[in-house]
Amino acid sequence: MAQDLLLDARNITMQFGGLKAINDVTFTIPNQSIVALIGPNGAGKTTFFNVLTGLYRPTEGSVTFDGNPVLKRPPHDIASSGMARTFQNIRLFGSMTAAENVMVAMHPHLKSGVWSTILRLPKQRAEEREARATAKELLEFVGIGGTDDEFAKNLPYGDQRRLEVARALALRPKLLLLDEPTAGMNPQESAAFTAFVHRVRDERGITILLIEHDMKVVMGTAEHITVLEYGAKIAEGTGAEIRTNQRVIEAYLGKGAAGGVA
Amino acid sequence: MLLSVISLAIFVLVGGYMAAVRKVAPPKAALVGVLATLTAVLPHLGFVKSPTSFFPLFTVVLCAVYALFALGLNIVVGYAGLLDLGYVAFFLFGAYAGGWFMSDFLVNVNEDISVRVLSPASKLIPGVHLSFWMVFIIAGVIAAIAGVIIGAPTLRLKSDYLALVTLGFGELLYEVFRNGDDVFGINLTNGTKGIGPLDNIGSGPLNYIPGFDKILLVGASPAKYYIIVGICALFVWVSLKLRSGKLGRAWMAIREDELAASLMGVPLMKTKLWSYAIGAIAGGVGGAFYATIVGTVNVDNFTFSFSIIILCAVILGGMGNVWGVILGAVAITWVNYTGLTWVGEKLGVKPSSFWSPKKWEFALFGLVLVLMMLFRPDGFLPAARAKQVKKAEASTLAAQAGAA
Repeated sequence: MAQDLLLDARNITMQFGGLKAINDVTFTIPNQSIVALIGPNGAGKTTFFNVLTGLYRPTEGSVTFDGNPVLKRPPHDIASSGMARTFQNIRLFGSMTAAENVMVAMHPHLKSGVWSTILRLPKQRAEEREARATAKELLEFVGIGGTDDEFAKNLPYGDQRRLEVARALALRPKLLLLDEPTAGMNPQESAAFTAFVHRVRDERGITILLIEHDMKVVMGTAEHITVLEYGAKIAEGTGAEIRTNQRVIEAYLGKGAAGGVA
Repeated sequence: MLLSVISLAIFVLVGGYMAAVRKVAPPKAALVGVLATLTAVLPHLGFVKSPTSFFPLFTVVLCAVYALFALGLNIVVGYAGLLDLGYVAFFLFGAYAGGWFMSDFLVNVNEDISVRVLSPASKLIPGVHLSFWMVFIIAGVIAAIAGVIIGAPTLRLKSDYLALVTLGFGELLYEVFRNGDDVFGINLTNGTKGIGPLDNIGSGPLNYIPGFDKILLVGASPAKYYIIVGICALFVWVSLKLRSGKLGRAWMAIREDELAASLMGVPLMKTKLWSYAIGAIAGGVGGAFYATIVGTVNVDNFTFSFSIIILCAVILGGMGNVWGVILGAVAITWVNYTGLTWVGEKLGVKPSSFWSPKKWEFALFGLVLVLMMLFRPDGFLPAARAKQVKKAEASTLAAQAGAA
């Protein structure tokens, strides 16, 4: 059983001064699955991402990723070991081109050193060519082929979201964390995105964890859903289970509404 | 006559190469040809030879040294976006390396010391006298190590905090070297008296070029001009190659968004330390070279204002663009060392007068900086990237306006 888990976070508590942003949350992600983390605003979802990716060190708890402990390792090291993410507020490298953005995330995989770069050794040139080709291919994969030489900040909003995914994929991740990937998308785009998430998992074998507010997307993609409220896990299960869970309905709609909806 | 023939040959070769092989537009190719020719024959032009002209050889060589400093700082500030206000530290280490290994000074540390490697210094002078070319490498290595040592604790800080701490480090080193004449009884820096005189230097491998002086005296000479221009050219090459490679992308990513860069697998400390170390090498080599042209190493050369002047050169010229920062460094150095005095003379103002331009130096600097920020915030020659981003942005806005 243990080997089937790509990520195993146990009893995570994250305390900022007097505020417990995450309170004793245990969370696992099976290999090759698509799971979602949902909850009202301020429930601690993004904080949880930040703990997993090494930006925050939790007050208590442990995280095991791909068989190795994650805590106390710097973010770039965790990223290099196969955990890639996108951001709720897009964080691209604005005045770099789309291709360059993608190539930045290939950093851990490119082997050329400073000397071979200065001397432009054939090996380094071949590696750069290959990296550029991979970037092109990734941009096509996420559906923004041909934008290679455009500056990231000049791309339309939707393309920027896609570019973030392409950049994350360049890390060759085992686990892809998507932080509200469909924020600002219209229903058609969201539907297309749902299909895309499945493609990423099925074609590339990448496990996916997403934070999402659009329930259509969540129900259409996630095989397993975890619900947070005020930093605590209040429910988990399949889409159907979550939909009918009293606690979840209360969290989203308030106590009075619970009876009405059910 | 010979000079004109050589000039023409260089112009035709460089301009022709740019136009035919690199497919550059003819006017631009011609401009590159003119600049290359000028750089090549500069020390042989009449006005440069005359010590009282508006651009004498000594100032020309200093301009090249400052260009090297600016190229070094450009890697740190322009490429990696780390605001370093203590660049003087690397200049200082380089210059003292020159002082230690090219004079009789180290006798103060050990009376019996007498090392001589490929140096034209007289056998009668004790102390350590290494070949200038070796000192170069040593100065670069010392500065790079200093860069890593200073960088390791400071580079964890961001933006303004980094600027303040680097400023502090620069000032701290100044005090250490100023008071370094008694480190547990050992005189390491000769304190405020400074180290000197420095050796004349051998021209090393350049010995074999006809017409090249075998021994280069302290001070400026055409041979020294070619050496420093060669080093600058090497550094331009290194800058351009690194910028377009893996490390350059990582630097730019850190400049744009440090947090996102680290989450994309870019090791922040290592990448920043590389920029510091490579920038420091330019500072160290430039420092050692500077010592051989002024002939002494005096701690009062290593004040905060040096860091600011180099930073101004980088900002005025165009952060991130090697040609821009060279232009910025040349302009500032010229104004600083010759320009203002020369203008004063032309205007017939006595140097002691209240209206002497030299006295208004910093006011003018400030004014120019403010004007630049208002009218040309990206510098004389902005980085190609900044220009393109602006252009593309404007066209996107126009398209949006058109659609609406």
